[in-house]
Amino acid sequence: MTAASGARSAWPSSLVTWAVVALIAAFPWFGGRFYVDLALTIMISAIFALSLELLVGMTGLVSFGHAAFFGIAAYAVALLSPAPGAPALWWLLPAAVGLAALYAAIVGALSLRTRGIYFIMVTLAFAQMAYYVFHDTPLGRGSDGIYVSAKPLITVAGHNVLDLARPLTFYYFTLACLVATFGFLALVARSKFGHALAGIKANEQRMRAAGFSTFAYKLAAFVIAGALAGIAGFLYAVKDGFVNPEILAWHQSGVVLLMIILGGIGSLRGAVVGAFAFTLLKELAQSEALFGTFAKHWQLTLGIVIIVCVAAMPNGLVGIASATKRRIAPILDA
Amino acid sequence: MAPSGSCRRRHDVVVTFAAFLIQCLNALQYGLLLFLVASGLTLIFGILGVINLAHGSFYMIGAYLAYALAPFVAGHFGGSLFATLAIGVALAVAFGYALEWGFVSYLYERDHLQQVLMTYGLILVFEELRSILVGDDVHGVAAPGWLAGSVPLGELMTYPVYRLFMSAICLLVALAQYVVIARTRLGMAIRAGASNREMAQSLGVNIRFLYRVVFAGGVALAVFAGMIAAPVSSVYPGMGNQVLIVCFVVVVIGGIGSIRGAFIASLLVGAVDTFGKVFFPQAAGVLVYVLMAAVLLWRPEGLFRET
Repeated sequence: MTAASGARSAWPSSLVTWAVVALIAAFPWFGGRFYVDLALTIMISAIFALSLELLVGMTGLVSFGHAAFFGIAAYAVALLSPAPGAPALWWLLPAAVGLAALYAAIVGALSLRTRGIYFIMVTLAFAQMAYYVFHDTPLGRGSDGIYVSAKPLITVAGHNVLDLARPLTFYYFTLACLVATFGFLALVARSKFGHALAGIKANEQRMRAAGFSTFAYKLAAFVIAGALAGIAGFLYAVKDGFVNPEILAWHQSGVVLLMIILGGIGSLRGAVVGAFAFTLLKELAQSEALFGTFAKHWQLTLGIVIIVCVAAMPNGLVGIASATKRRIAPILDA
Repeated sequence: MAPSGSCRRRHDVVVTFAAFLIQCLNALQYGLLLFLVASGLTLIFGILGVINLAHGSFYMIGAYLAYALAPFVAGHFGGSLFATLAIGVALAVAFGYALEWGFVSYLYERDHLQQVLMTYGLILVFEELRSILVGDDVHGVAAPGWLAGSVPLGELMTYPVYRLFMSAICLLVALAQYVVIARTRLGMAIRAGASNREMAQSLGVNIRFLYRVVFAGGVALAVFAGMIAAPVSSVYPGMGNQVLIVCFVVVVIGGIGSIRGAFIASLLVGAVDTFGKVFFPQAAGVLVYVLMAAVLLWRPEGLFRET
């Protein structure tokens, strides 16, 4: 494929992306309340999955402890919100994201000393440590969790400019976060920094020989990924108004890895598609209308789907789409 | 408590010493139990190159087997503990053999990410099947009658015999494992397969069979640990995941693939966890991870990485 045709074929797909954004933006006007809520869950999951894609897909670092950063930001919302009255968004969001990034910096500095299988186990262990901090110490108030009573807002001169307590405002705020995260990562992928990360993924030794301080690059990617996961955690806590230690548990880390695998690693769109597919799949498997009393064993369905996914489609849903495209391309060209 | 006289002080010292001894025994028992699970994990990684998240599930399955087999063994073998262990280990070997054939053998050429996901999927399946078959209640398993008592420690304290028995039998299994790996033909093949797979294969070692044996052996060790632990820890949902993560810490500290490292690290983790609960009850859950962080700073490859 020549460079020119590559550029031309990039156009329709970015058109598709914008069409999807427009569809999501219009959704609250025709979707029911339940489906709007589901769309919110999908968007938050998509931000979470995108943050992990920066590590797994763009840098080649398989982290199995990503839920820690999501959970720390969510807990920050619960713990930092003043008891009466609504907190101001302008400091709460940076504080939550900053704490997630801080923990990512500590975990990254330690775990990036290792590689491969060690890295998987060490990230998992540090995430579990955060889990125990919230589960066992008075700070996290145990397994019962904490309710978040008020939603953050921005006031300018006494007017509520942006009030996340209003469902529609929160919906568009979440959508804006998703678009911003996607756009940011798309820019990162094209930047010098992103190229260095791609180089590290392909061959770290060679990058080091070429004079790159790969540790610093990987640590930067790890901290950024932690911060982005923090945005998702922030939105989660504001949406549900409730946090408990389970959001830091390793099942959450497994689920987000599954999302990007399901969508297809190595593409930002794959992370979003994966979050969408996973959330719907979970919703279906939990539906009593479809599975009856078996619905409460939805994790069995999930487990079987995971095994089949790994066995049958190593490149994810996006991989299937591009394989189909490859297969029908000769027919279209002829 | 302020001691009022020298006699009282001496008494306090004796009581403190007995309490300290009890905690030492607890630490040893927990560490040895961890070793049984962690050594299987480290063997499977070191030789098969597979990261097995489902390893904790085998521990859970072992504990539930001890619970489920109890009525059968009581009916046919007079409730003999060794009969339970023998049946459980036989089932575990068969199960591990089948699992390697059906699932794990597909993972050898895949990357770590897919191994993680496949074995994570297996965890979900095992946990839900457990929930469907046995339910979500917590169950107790009775220790056999001849091990039910306690031995006196000092004048006031006692220590349960069963825990001493656990330590002894775990030590025995660890020793047997050492003998098999260091002294037998099979162990030689295992060591050869770990250090150079292709070379071992070309020298006539049946690698596929070897892998299956190692995986089945790892499963059997974890199931055995679960069965032994059931009377002490009781049997509850999610018990495998907790053990799995601690075993990861053990393997990271000891160095992946190193049995010796797993042994030292298990005892170390057992001691830190047990004494952490005594001296820093608030931070007990975190201490083991702090230990891991310290080891990572000092030796990122673990204490005994065998290259």
